[in-house]
Amino acid sequence: MVSAIRSDGSGETFPAVFLESVKRMGEQGVAIREKDYGIWQSYTWGQVQEQVRDFALGLAALGFQRGDRICIVGDNRPQLYWGMLAAQCLGGVPVPLYQDSIEREMEFIVGHAEARFALVEDQEQVDKFLGIKPNCPKLEHVIYKDPRGLRNYQTDYLVSFATVQERGRAFGRENPGYLEQEIAKNRPDDLAVICYTSGTTGRPKGVMLTHHNFISTSLSVSEFEHLGPDETILAYLPMAWIGDFFLSFGMALVGGYTVHCPESSATVMQDLREVGPTYFFAPPRIWENLLTTVMIRMDDASWIKRKLFHWAIGVATALHKKRAAGQKPSPLDRLKYRLGDLFVFGPLKDNLGLSKVRIAYTAGEAIGPEIFDFFRSLGVNLKQLYGMTEASVFLAMQRNDEVRSDTCGVPVPGVEIRIAADGEVLFRSPGAFKGYFRNEEATRESIVDGWVKTGDAGFIDHDGHLRIIDRAKDVSKLHDGTLFAPKYIENKLKFSPYIKEAVAFGQDREFVACLINIDPNSVGNWAERRHLAYSSYTDLSQKPEVLELIDAEVRRVNASLAEEERLKGTQIHRWLILHKELDPDDEEITRTRKVRRRFVAEKYKALIDALYSDTQHVQTEAKVTFEDGRQAIVRADIAIRTAPRNGHA
Amino acid sequence: MQRNEGVARPAAEPGRRRDLSETLLRIEGVSLSFGGLNALSDVSFSVRKGEILAIIGPNGAGKSSMLNVINGFYWPQKGRITYRGVTHSRMRPHEAAAAGIARTFQNIALFRGMTTLDNIMTGRNLKMHKNLLLQALHWGPARREEIEHRQFVEQLIDFLEIQAIRKIPVGRLPYGLQKRVELCRALATEPELLLLDEPMAGMNVEEKEDMCRFILDVNDEFGTTMVLIEHDMGVVMDISDRVVVLDYGRKIAEGTPDEVRSNPDVIDAYLGISHG
Repeated sequence: MVSAIRSDGSGETFPAVFLESVKRMGEQGVAIREKDYGIWQSYTWGQVQEQVRDFALGLAALGFQRGDRICIVGDNRPQLYWGMLAAQCLGGVPVPLYQDSIEREMEFIVGHAEARFALVEDQEQVDKFLGIKPNCPKLEHVIYKDPRGLRNYQTDYLVSFATVQERGRAFGRENPGYLEQEIAKNRPDDLAVICYTSGTTGRPKGVMLTHHNFISTSLSVSEFEHLGPDETILAYLPMAWIGDFFLSFGMALVGGYTVHCPESSATVMQDLREVGPTYFFAPPRIWENLLTTVMIRMDDASWIKRKLFHWAIGVATALHKKRAAGQKPSPLDRLKYRLGDLFVFGPLKDNLGLSKVRIAYTAGEAIGPEIFDFFRSLGVNLKQLYGMTEASVFLAMQRNDEVRSDTCGVPVPGVEIRIAADGEVLFRSPGAFKGYFRNEEATRESIVDGWVKTGDAGFIDHDGHLRIIDRAKDVSKLHDGTLFAPKYIENKLKFSPYIKEAVAFGQDREFVACLINIDPNSVGNWAERRHLAYSSYTDLSQKPEVLELIDAEVRRVNASLAEEERLKGTQIHRWLILHKELDPDDEEITRTRKVRRRFVAEKYKALIDALYSDTQHVQTEAKVTFEDGRQAIVRADIAIRTAPRNGHA
Repeated sequence: MQRNEGVARPAAEPGRRRDLSETLLRIEGVSLSFGGLNALSDVSFSVRKGEILAIIGPNGAGKSSMLNVINGFYWPQKGRITYRGVTHSRMRPHEAAAAGIARTFQNIALFRGMTTLDNIMTGRNLKMHKNLLLQALHWGPARREEIEHRQFVEQLIDFLEIQAIRKIPVGRLPYGLQKRVELCRALATEPELLLLDEPMAGMNVEEKEDMCRFILDVNDEFGTTMVLIEHDMGVVMDISDRVVVLDYGRKIAEGTPDEVRSNPDVIDAYLGISHG
């Protein structure tokens, strides 16, 4: 690692770390590449140093003061990363914003951060800033990177990135040594960034993180994962998201990685293939998209390719399962995998841009085990990561030899994790944030006695791995005091291809009961293959064969719940298949497919009462709204099933 | 009025200072007939250098015929066309192209089996001077020349934001994107005068807004003079400097969008709203 940085990351700031990296990587090493005009344009560490220096001096010429905030808005562009570093050189604080935010959202953050400067990518963002400028009196300068379409804008506070750099060079000639003095004034406990979290409720909150937070976390992660200076990464996630700041800015500067900026947001997948990153980060959504793309392309392929593909995937999955179960694969298994690798996985990974990946993370939300296992069977080292903005991202992650789809791994070195009495995960770490910017109240609520509340409920399992089960506010207790996390159970059910939605009940009840929605496509296919005739969704949902199919899924979920001491009391006892799909038109789920728990509980009160009685059948009728707005009544006789609970009398 | 993302440019409007005094193209008394059918009768107007001129009119008014006359595809029976100070009674299409007149078509005319990039590169053909043999061998000066042209084309691809479809065969692209590729190919010839035949036909609102922005940006950035045919009155009013209105092959009005909008003949003939 970098010799000049003390092993705990204290005593260092990003500008200082950057200058170290320039020295170490030499003038020739490539720091950042951007695909532009169809070609990957490279900037060496030496060139980046000049760019940052000129821009920082230009900011100084415009009157940038220590502690000033500068808003950064746009796609991942080298100039925007340089702008962040330049501001830090002068003791300023970058505030990255989501580029697709609308004016109103930007206005709140720009106003709340009291930013005097903004560095934006192009006309699209400039237009938003022109709109919010009258309501943000503190905002003085808007700097844009791309002059296209802006040549006729007659606004004195608008200035181009290149012009600022030009002024910087003049300022530098008049004030030799200015930048070096400013850099020397920086302290590790100065703010390195303020990241506004989107927040599902209320106004966004500005998370204040220091140089020390990031550099110490970067160092422990690098050590944990054995990362070297030859890592290649793709900077494609929104700059406002802490994950991108950490990886494409923080880790890249500390470790000396080569960062690649895609040509445009539409070309990311092609660029991914061309770059072939070694260290890669993607939310579950992206992994899911990659898998879907592969499956669709395979469906269109010739039958011989399709046969070969499915054979190879079968071999890989079988081998992966054997390994996961702790068995040793036979030489024949290994030979078959080799062949699969030669003909299928190798070319496939190359096509996706994953052939060089040494470490890949998924984080943010639960990933379906079949997606996770697919990539792992291909030989992609995909791992779970648990973290949050308030922790400088990393809290827990999986060791290379302890990867499982359902845990978040062990705490990163330096991080202490504790589970509160009510199940909430708390942490203490060198990466823990300094509070919310200009929001004392939220800070007090979030940090109690030096421990930071994550807002997530979880537990440490028998292997010492952290498992997140639900948002803390959704977690409640059964009548006997057992911890009940509805979403954890629902997710486990929904990982079955036959179950589309599930709603679990249990708060203050004797046991857990579930309403289940079958997936009409996959169950419909399944029924067709068995020559099972059905007339409608309602009819299909109550077929005895379908009930048996779902019964097996519920037993599987119960078996997995029974493995965990804290959750085995919440195995599903009684369940039924709903006679209609939960539908946003009926207000049962939101447009983004989140179950409106309370509404469902009220609407299906009769069914839920039946689940908690002894009856085996319940008559019901429900009003459904068709797509054209007509309404009709659906009547059904619904079967209620009782599932055996493991270890339960 | 609701602000129209991409089209409305706050602060930009007063700043669009362009000198529109020079005449680039003058049409004088042009008449064109197919057998007994008069497509154009005695039409005269001029196009100023650097402006965006819209030609509007009901179906069959002679709009496309007008464009075809300008780029030499049709030869008028009467009238004179003065382009860059040179008067022609007729011009052949290749002469028009060499003189810097490019166009796009109402029904997209791209090579469907070729990629976006290759299609746009064909727009550079006129500018390639090395001999055919060298080009075929992709050798020496021809290779260097091709690299230069590719650089130019890449700037256009960037400008029109079609990087993601560079290598995709045009036939597989949605309609709105094909229109953009066609515009890109026309720009690849570095035209002085660009004729756009219904550049926004069949597009949804979002695609139209994008196209408007590109047309304005091209005009702004390259100073390209444009003559366009368009049916969407909102678009015409938003982006054109001046409007020429045709009806049954005759010019019935000419002026700024506002002037044209309040002209009673136009309201009668085209907008179809009775004024009383």
